[in-house]
Amino acid sequence: MTIIGDRQQLAYIASQAADARVNVELETEGMTLNIGPQHPATHGTLRIIARLDGEQVLWAEPSCGYMHRGYEKLTEVRTFPQVTALVNRIDWLGSFANEVPFILAAEQLMEIEAPPRAQWIRTILFELSRIANVSLFLGDLGVQLGAITPVFFAFRDREYVLNLIEGATGGRFHPNFDRIGGLKDDLPAGWVDETRAVMKKMRKFCDEIENLLFGNEIFESRTRGIGVIPRDVALQYGMSGANLRASGVDWDLRRDQSLPMAWDKVDWKVWTHLDGDSYARCWIRLQETRESTYIVERLLDTLPSGPVMTKVPRIIKVPEGEAWVSTENPLGEMGYYVVSKGDLGPFRVKIRSASFNNISIVPWLLKGVYVPDIITILASLYFILGDIDR
Amino acid sequence: MSSPTDSSAEAAPRHDAMREQLLSDVSACLGSALLQSHINVGNDLCVRVATDTWATSAAALKTSLGFDYFCFLSAIDWLPSPFGKGEEDPTAEPVERDTEIKQGLAGGETRLQVFARIVNHRTHVGITMKADVPDATPVVPSWVSVFTGANWHEREAHEMFGISFAGHPDLRNMYLPTDFEGHPLRKDFPLLARMVKPWPGIVDVEPLPGGGDEDDAEGSAE
Repeated sequence: MTIIGDRQQLAYIASQAADARVNVELETEGMTLNIGPQHPATHGTLRIIARLDGEQVLWAEPSCGYMHRGYEKLTEVRTFPQVTALVNRIDWLGSFANEVPFILAAEQLMEIEAPPRAQWIRTILFELSRIANVSLFLGDLGVQLGAITPVFFAFRDREYVLNLIEGATGGRFHPNFDRIGGLKDDLPAGWVDETRAVMKKMRKFCDEIENLLFGNEIFESRTRGIGVIPRDVALQYGMSGANLRASGVDWDLRRDQSLPMAWDKVDWKVWTHLDGDSYARCWIRLQETRESTYIVERLLDTLPSGPVMTKVPRIIKVPEGEAWVSTENPLGEMGYYVVSKGDLGPFRVKIRSASFNNISIVPWLLKGVYVPDIITILASLYFILGDIDR
Repeated sequence: MSSPTDSSAEAAPRHDAMREQLLSDVSACLGSALLQSHINVGNDLCVRVATDTWATSAAALKTSLGFDYFCFLSAIDWLPSPFGKGEEDPTAEPVERDTEIKQGLAGGETRLQVFARIVNHRTHVGITMKADVPDATPVVPSWVSVFTGANWHEREAHEMFGISFAGHPDLRNMYLPTDFEGHPLRKDFPLLARMVKPWPGIVDVEPLPGGGDEDDAEGSAE
């Protein structure tokens, strides 16, 4: 708590004191407010049950499971190459990024490594997933506050990125492109130039969003000092990604671990913010989207030539062992703990998804906030339902 | 974490000086609570602690070695699945399957194990902790008092594996209906879809008719 500034500290204390204040000044009647599972502000079927006193939340609890698909059980009856088709659908907006850590874990157990060109293309597609995913967040953010325009910008510009992903992989949302030992295919002709042009467009999109929202008085007053998460709380709950960096923890898995990926081959910056409030989380994501466009461009500059697939057996049997690989996905730390018994398929896969941890803080965070802030806080935490329920 | 296929790997047995140092720190910190350990060179350190010290070990590692980031907590059922992968014809005679329970890294004695991962957010180094879950009374101490974020993870492990966490405030179901019977991630819980119809996708892993040709090797990952 030493890191957060005075203003945040005050906001944090005020939100904690809010509980105690209830029923002192005004006689209000308690009620239970049910938000969802079908609600425009919940990005899917998250249901939040909030007990209110007047406009203030006394207690709130998310209710999950409306989209539980049992992937951890299903992976036990799939072969290793088939699992990517499942895990694609965990975080459906950044689906390629879901495949990567699983494939890396399988490669780690098999002690093989993808050729450099495949590593580069993987990283590029990973960052494109991030841009597609987070640009929708940036547009959606406005909608939660009543600004309709940004979401049209987001849907318009995200389409360019989805076209790139489709051009390279054949799938807009579920590429299923990553293979143990490399990638399914090389890039199509003209893709590199097209990508450079789109990255410029996406930077313009980031500027537009920044102008529309981040200087806006309404936006600032609805997000500054709201939903403050101090760093020790964020760490305890296992918050990750932009949510953790917005609380002042300088930790990005792309930089802080060495994986057979290309992030460490180019120069880029990890953004952090000390405030830990809704504004900080949104601001970090905006900066990261812009940074991702630079990462993609710099990787395209240094794209090596060569094969995109290493030699793997026709029938893939993964040797006995356990591997843990996690990557910095658009939503945060996404990891797979893969246990193999030397079979065609995994024995157990623990899927550590970012949103599950990020949302588990909600009961703590919503205590004492006002009803309209529930929506902005949830929006700023940014979750994908499939990533919570798996 | 360094990449698993260092070029020096073939020459000499691989060493991970950083994790060996970490292991000696961990064993000094935990003392007799540490039962077994395994270093996955360049990737991970796995330690198994005594069941009754599951929570106190985590607290000790958090306070004295700075493992303050809670990553996840879950469980593993080491029983080989009595149903296989569901690839056979369900009307055929049931096949004889291996029923020997064999634990993974850092060993163990019981069928069920809890495992969790905590990370030092300053050095970015994480460790995987495991503990046996007694077969007769599947109860382990809860981590909620150490890492508040373990709350939901323990609820999930409770409904999926039937493990209880002593000291957990509220072990309600996370995903399943309240009256759901059984624990889906236990290996002896059948996956009903596979019980009625074999998985058509299993065809993918059978060799193609006419034998495999060499230059088609890339297609193997399909």
